Amino acid sequence: MDITVNILLTIATAATPLLIAAIGELVVERSGVLNLGVEGMMIMGAVGGFGAGYLTGSPWIGLLAAIALGALFSLLFAVMTLSLATNQVATGLSLTLLGLGLSGMMGTSFVGQPGQRLPNLDIPGLTSIPVVGRLLFGQDPIFYISIALTAAVMWFLFKTRTGLTLRSIGDSHTSAHALGIQVIRYRYLAVIFGGACAGLAGGHLSLVYTPQWVENMTAGRGWIALALVVFASWRPWRVLAGAYIFGAVWIGQLHAQAFGIPVPSQLLSSLPYLATVVVLVLISRNKRLTMMNTPASLGQPFVPDR
Amino acid sequence: MMRLELVKRPQRSALFSALSPFIAFLLTIIAGAILFALLGVNPLNAFRIYFIEPISQIWQLHELAIKAAPLILIAVGLSVCYRANIWNIGAEGQFILGGIVGSMIPVLFPQFEGPLVLPLMLLLGMVGGAAYAAIPAFLKTRFGTNEILTSLMLVYVAQLFLDWLVRGPWRDPQGHGFPQTVQFNDSAILPELMPESGRANWGFVFALVAAVLIWILMSRMLKGFEVRVLGSSPRAGRFAGFGLNRMVFFAFLLSGALAGLAGISEVSGAIGQLQPVISPGYGFTAIIVAFLGRLNPLGIVAAGLVLALTYLGGEAVQSALGISDKVARVFQGMLLFFVLGCDTLIHYRIRLIGFAAPKLEAAPKLEEAR
Amino acid sequence: MSANHDGANLLEVRGLTKIFGTLTACDHVDLNIAKGEIHALLGENGAGKSTLVKMLFGSLEPNSGEIFWNGQAVRIANPGFAKKLGIGMVFQHFSLFEALTAAENIALSLDDGSPISTIAAKARALSYSYGLPLDPESLVGDLSVGERQRIEIIRCLLQTPQLIILDEPTSVLTPQEADKLFETLERLRSEGKSILYISHRLEEVKRICDRATVLRHGKVVGHCNPREQTAASLARMMVGNEVKAVVRAPADGIETAQPLLEIRALSRKPATPFSIPLKNINLTVRAGEVIGIAGVAGNGQGEFFETVSGEVLQQDAASVRIRGKDAGGLGITGRRLMGAAFVPEERLGHGAAPSMKLSENLLLSRHATDGKVFVGASGMVKSEAIYGAAQRIIKAMDVRKSAPDPEAAALSGGNLQKFIVGRELDRRPGVMVVNQPTWGVDAGAAAHIRQALIELARSGSAVLVISQDLDELFEISDSIAVMHNGELSKPLPIAQATFEKIGLLMGGAEPGHAEHILETA
Repeated sequence: MDITVNILLTIATAATPLLIAAIGELVVERSGVLNLGVEGMMIMGAVGGFGAGYLTGSPWIGLLAAIALGALFSLLFAVMTLSLATNQVATGLSLTLLGLGLSGMMGTSFVGQPGQRLPNLDIPGLTSIPVVGRLLFGQDPIFYISIALTAAVMWFLFKTRTGLTLRSIGDSHTSAHALGIQVIRYRYLAVIFGGACAGLAGGHLSLVYTPQWVENMTAGRGWIALALVVFASWRPWRVLAGAYIFGAVWIGQLHAQAFGIPVPSQLLSSLPYLATVVVLVLISRNKRLTMMNTPASLGQPFVPDR
Repeated sequence: MMRLELVKRPQRSALFSALSPFIAFLLTIIAGAILFALLGVNPLNAFRIYFIEPISQIWQLHELAIKAAPLILIAVGLSVCYRANIWNIGAEGQFILGGIVGSMIPVLFPQFEGPLVLPLMLLLGMVGGAAYAAIPAFLKTRFGTNEILTSLMLVYVAQLFLDWLVRGPWRDPQGHGFPQTVQFNDSAILPELMPESGRANWGFVFALVAAVLIWILMSRMLKGFEVRVLGSSPRAGRFAGFGLNRMVFFAFLLSGALAGLAGISEVSGAIGQLQPVISPGYGFTAIIVAFLGRLNPLGIVAAGLVLALTYLGGEAVQSALGISDKVARVFQGMLLFFVLGCDTLIHYRIRLIGFAAPKLEAAPKLEEAR
Repeated sequence: MSANHDGANLLEVRGLTKIFGTLTACDHVDLNIAKGEIHALLGENGAGKSTLVKMLFGSLEPNSGEIFWNGQAVRIANPGFAKKLGIGMVFQHFSLFEALTAAENIALSLDDGSPISTIAAKARALSYSYGLPLDPESLVGDLSVGERQRIEIIRCLLQTPQLIILDEPTSVLTPQEADKLFETLERLRSEGKSILYISHRLEEVKRICDRATVLRHGKVVGHCNPREQTAASLARMMVGNEVKAVVRAPADGIETAQPLLEIRALSRKPATPFSIPLKNINLTVRAGEVIGIAGVAGNGQGEFFETVSGEVLQQDAASVRIRGKDAGGLGITGRRLMGAAFVPEERLGHGAAPSMKLSENLLLSRHATDGKVFVGASGMVKSEAIYGAAQRIIKAMDVRKSAPDPEAAALSGGNLQKFIVGRELDRRPGVMVVNQPTWGVDAGAAAHIRQALIELARSGSAVLVISQDLDELFEISDSIAVMHNGELSKPLPIAQATFEKIGLLMGGAEPGHAEHILETA
């Protein structure tokens, strides 16, 4: 029983960064912007979170630094694509490349240093309940944030007027502009929210998942988060489901390696990436679903007439 | 608070079209100076070590050519993709597969020697890269799967596959357990161009030839016209009778083959055997090269040399000043950012205006403009 | 029912100017709108009407000039402010969101924060009271163009505006639907609201408008009472000189002429969630004749054009026949090689690549048919040959441009359309299929294009014209068929066709049974 609980806990830990980054990107894409820089913002969050935690000795400051650095980095993307109307695909790619380089440079002195870990929740009486106690009341704080964030984004997008406005911009920025909606301002806020989420996801990696700094430690998770948004056809609860499926794949291959299953470890390590491809193929076969849900102005630059 | 406003130019500015890469380079230098100053290094000294010293001797120019060759080869292929609005970002994986498939001959048949070996290896390298690139192309045309994500995911798979090969079935039994294949025999080594002055090999010639051929294709031939039409207005392309699916395959196979050629050239030229890692991120840096070269094959040759210099400079500042060689990646990323930003000037004028909150009361009269 | 002129002006515009680069779209425009009047804003395509109303609605910022609202100077910085003043707008190109419901669309322009369900109920009630029934729960993407316009109108009325701006509202309606709209407008006027009515259709302006302001090349060229004018005098004010009338020589003996384009039992499933299926379409176009296809936008014309042109293939090869041979299985290049030529609706991005030169755009549709002339054996483009041919077309069609070989996007709509039509005429095609030949084109260019199409037919080709503009179809067609909801009626010979009959068919009165309509009409 304990083993099952442990496996479930590790799956939640593996799924959390994917979920947070994907939820952030979902909001960005719902506003009609495609930010391919998730991997770059995430790694900046990871190095910033580790660094601030290491230097101050407080993982909580690390957490805030991760969020701030992710948001700041996304601002760069926002200025480029929203104010200067650059190509979103190319700008997102360059954000990722810059993030990988910058984080490597910033993290040179952190390699091999012991990091800070965010403590798990511990509520006397509740956490010690057999089985469900640790699952519900004994996880790291970012896990609870991720669940709350998913619920909040669902409520925001589909129950509030501001959420409706955001979705309308994603559907047609020209119509929104004609109605007097501040397209660029909404998109700035969405992109920065996405950046903060990616930063938080990166912070989870270096403050909870493996509290240390390793170069390129995001290992493609930012890209998988992007794929999750497509897989979820831009619906928050499906992102949640997808993130946990991927968390399970990730943990499954690690356990398989640990158990010494007679399969090359490299094959097991490539499973999350192969699974991403398979999942993308499965979802894109349903053309109607994809077409109905894809924000129609996704990736299109917008320059209002003056 | 200030705000940027873009005003569309009546037509594209030829001036900024030519100037934009240079402005971008200048801005990168300025940002780099700030970066070096923040790291506590004298920027002038750092720039001398970064940009001048690595190319002050003949043998160093050879090193520059060695680094530039794969960047140019991959980037000219990618430029065709990006012109067609097809986003192959998995060139790193196609590079690796080119290296692996091309190495089959010297690794599996080390006793096979002669003048046929090298051409066969190069051909196999191109086939390997093209075949790997065909996967995202097939998934995109058959199922409509996003090629950005699939081509990128396959990079990780390719890296792991190479890792498995050189640690497992292809490991050199006499290699003292090191994860690497046998050293290639002489007929499987890409010859050096001018052995008396440096190490540069035929890979650089391949790159230049590829750039010229792709330039002719894109600017003079009907096929290049097809690429440009489908990329800029797909519906007009369909009206012209050009098939988008055919174009997806064409662009992926072409760029995959060139990336594969770059891969096998690197393995048989600069390295001489397969190792767990055969690329310092050439496939990704080539994306920057392609954009810095304005997706023009001749511009890409120049851009490839500049980016190759950032690699050499990164190594130089690391050994001379103790700064991480990751600084090269930062320079490359900044350069791409500035290029993309400066390109906006080609189509727009930029106005800075203050934020004025809309007032509900009667507003002052507008001034007469003339 | 005359306008109420004794009240002060609701809106006064003085010297309003808007400059785009080198083009002065509005040049010191003056305009007064009284309370309770329907005021027409007349002008050709490109005269500056849309620019003017976008400034009134706050979507564009004027370079200079003054706007007075109820006598007070105002600066309309954005549409939100315009709405607060009491200005409502019904856009020509609707500003609707396809993926949202009608109620959500309406909620987005109301700033009162009330729940969607309340807004839906209000919208439903208002729509029925004005006789424009609307289902607030339906997804906009699933609605017809006429229904979408209703959402725009209801959305505008829910803001209780004092001034309603309508930009070319009847261009998407059948004549009968337009009558219904006019009733609504008259009722609004009787409620004391002012209406700014933008149109280039003179008959309807004469019918419902109290006063008119006429724009030409961005300048006001006159104010008048349209009821005291004739359609011809209004046209002269708009265009500045007489437009040459199109001459249509009688087409003799076309009943027995050889059929060059035959469409047999053509059906097509919808390609996307929001597109129209085609149902069992039959049509024959013979050598020497022009057949027009009328219909409200979005009834399958675009889908029909794609299947006829070969941009989309058919399973049944015999469903499209060109010059007596099956062509349904061939792509657009194959059909061109059989002698057919096509002009699509969208100029920029479909008929032409905007960022490419005219000479390159020539190659776009002719790289295969004139392969030997324009392309060398090794696949090299002969740039001198395409340049020369482009200049020949520019001359033949009187295309006005600022550079020898400019990018397509740099040309005005009319001039680019002349080039695109000329590009196909230059081949002397046996079959010509044109979708919206003069949409958004100025009167001079439109007359030129229409005349050229008639002459092509009379020289022995088969010409099929799809158009929303009934005046145009009556001017050039030998017979008119009507497309409604993916079905095509039998063609009605021009001698028997009237606006009313065609209008009924456009509204969906039993497509495929034209004779029946004839008897009852």
